[in-house]
Amino acid sequence: MTTHSSEVEPVGQGGDPLPDPGMPPHTPRLTDSDPKAAKRAERQVSVMFGIATLGSIGFVAAYLAFPLIEGDLDRLQLSNLLLGLTLGASLFLIGLGAIQWAKKLMPDVEMVQERHPLESSKEDAQAAIAAFEAGTEESGFGRRTLIRNSLLGALALLPLPIVFILGDMGPLNPNPAKVRASTIWAKGTRVVNDVTFEPIRPEDMEVGQLVNALPATYEEIPEEQGAERLTARAFASVILIRMELDEFVIEPGREDWHIDGILCYSKICTHVGCPISLYEQQTHNMLCPCHQSTFALADNGKVVFGPARRPLPQLALEVDAEGYLAAQGDFPQPVGPSYWERAKFENGERI
Amino acid sequence: MTALLAKRRHPMAALMVMAVALAGLAGLYALVSPSSQASTTTATSTQIEEGKELFLVGCSSCHGVNAEGVVREDGTVLGPTLIGVGAAAVDFQVATGRMPMARNDIQAPRKTVAYTEEQTAALAAFVASLAPGPAIPEAEQYDPALGDISRGGELFRTNCAQCHNTTGQGGALTLGKYAPKLTGVAPEHIYAAMLTGPQSMPVFGDGVLTSEDKRDIISYLKNVESEPNPGGLGVGRIGPVSEGLWVWLIGLGVLIGAAAWLGARSS
Repeated sequence: MTTHSSEVEPVGQGGDPLPDPGMPPHTPRLTDSDPKAAKRAERQVSVMFGIATLGSIGFVAAYLAFPLIEGDLDRLQLSNLLLGLTLGASLFLIGLGAIQWAKKLMPDVEMVQERHPLESSKEDAQAAIAAFEAGTEESGFGRRTLIRNSLLGALALLPLPIVFILGDMGPLNPNPAKVRASTIWAKGTRVVNDVTFEPIRPEDMEVGQLVNALPATYEEIPEEQGAERLTARAFASVILIRMELDEFVIEPGREDWHIDGILCYSKICTHVGCPISLYEQQTHNMLCPCHQSTFALADNGKVVFGPARRPLPQLALEVDAEGYLAAQGDFPQPVGPSYWERAKFENGERI
Repeated sequence: MTALLAKRRHPMAALMVMAVALAGLAGLYALVSPSSQASTTTATSTQIEEGKELFLVGCSSCHGVNAEGVVREDGTVLGPTLIGVGAAAVDFQVATGRMPMARNDIQAPRKTVAYTEEQTAALAAFVASLAPGPAIPEAEQYDPALGDISRGGELFRTNCAQCHNTTGQGGALTLGKYAPKLTGVAPEHIYAAMLTGPQSMPVFGDGVLTSEDKRDIISYLKNVESEPNPGGLGVGRIGPVSEGLWVWLIGLGVLIGAAAWLGARSS
């Protein structure tokens, strides 16, 4: 350190190793020396201001020529476009013209602005310290120990509410995951087509078919209970697919979950809960458009790519007495994204 | 004969011999094959026969001479079997130019159509004769004027929008595959695609998505397509998200450029 610093010769004033380069040489602009260039710049600026004027007139013209018509969205779009373009052009070109004017034609003089240290003067600093000390003395903070200690106590306990309110997300909450541990699927709930609510027979399903489906009980939730309906839908949405029997593998314990190759999976991505049904018929992969998690539906919904860490939950299917597809029960694990206690739930029960 | 013998060392001689031999083989084939064809397809119309000939020339290298499909030694499928895919699938694939494929690739894109309407119909008739499958839809099944646009929109957003975007602008799938744009696609081809599930697309068979549902979806798509675009830039027609992206990238880019110009020294 010392050997190195001794090698460097202090140059410039006050031991500054880098000399002050001073002002760069003044280079005259083309518009300073060539009257033709100056004339050209003048024309440019006036053309910009001229277009800005036309923009303002155009705005008024567009406003009058294309009045909004009740219920006509095309007219609204057209009006928006024209008003935005004309007003935008007007404002932008006034600014642009002013800058061009300043850069090309206004006096071109370099000026030096001195910079000073940011530190306050000694007197100012001492005055501030004196004022602070006087304030402490007058408030009696050091003298009135009862006030001081009770204030310290109040401040010390202030984080407690935060601990408790954040604790709700963790172990302090008595039963944080009850809502999400189960869906409205139950034994015998029919699988119905989303939108049309038609029940589905196994023979309606062709190989390669994809159906976006819901539990039939969803429709029975009254319209007035909007939040309940939405929550039910958000967790119970499923897809039905059908593949050839030799195209998929079955995990032990799931042998009777499919009906002749008809499989039912949750539609809710296990990463952050996007609804997914980007099913590729040939690869039997399902892609989530949000973060590209890819699930192999021919291999029990296992994750083959992306940030999801748990397979897509599968719903066990049966055929009811009237020959329609129905559920054998609820999902064995909670559907949707992970949360703290998720691993402690199985078949809707806390374990 | 001596003239021929004299020319036996001519550089073209070997080629000539091969040409004669090939012509001979072709003649022999022509003698043998009609009888075998006659024995198997006596009861079929000329259209099916014409389709079979076109199939053997243009399709059989990947789909097999009997449309049974070709599987390579490593187990990958060169061309799937066409038995049971029906006339609708053939009409969709050939009339949109997807088949024949230019090369064996991850996806067959839409391109210039290779066959005339009659040839396409013949191919469809041939494939349909192999086994029953979905037929080419009737005009009234896909007439956009007859469908319910609002119901079609609901069905489209539930069943199709995940891949094709809410206004049919298409989107990405895995490993370079994609869901194509649906603008400018003939209604009968949209119908046939739902019915047959080409390539990565799943099947939306009549059992679950009825013929009427399909027509509603087509009406919705054609209605969206016919909406004017006053700015000339649809940016996916998905509203504030893509428009915002455009503003942030292009609009802000222009402003940053203007700011840089503002600070630059004038020459």
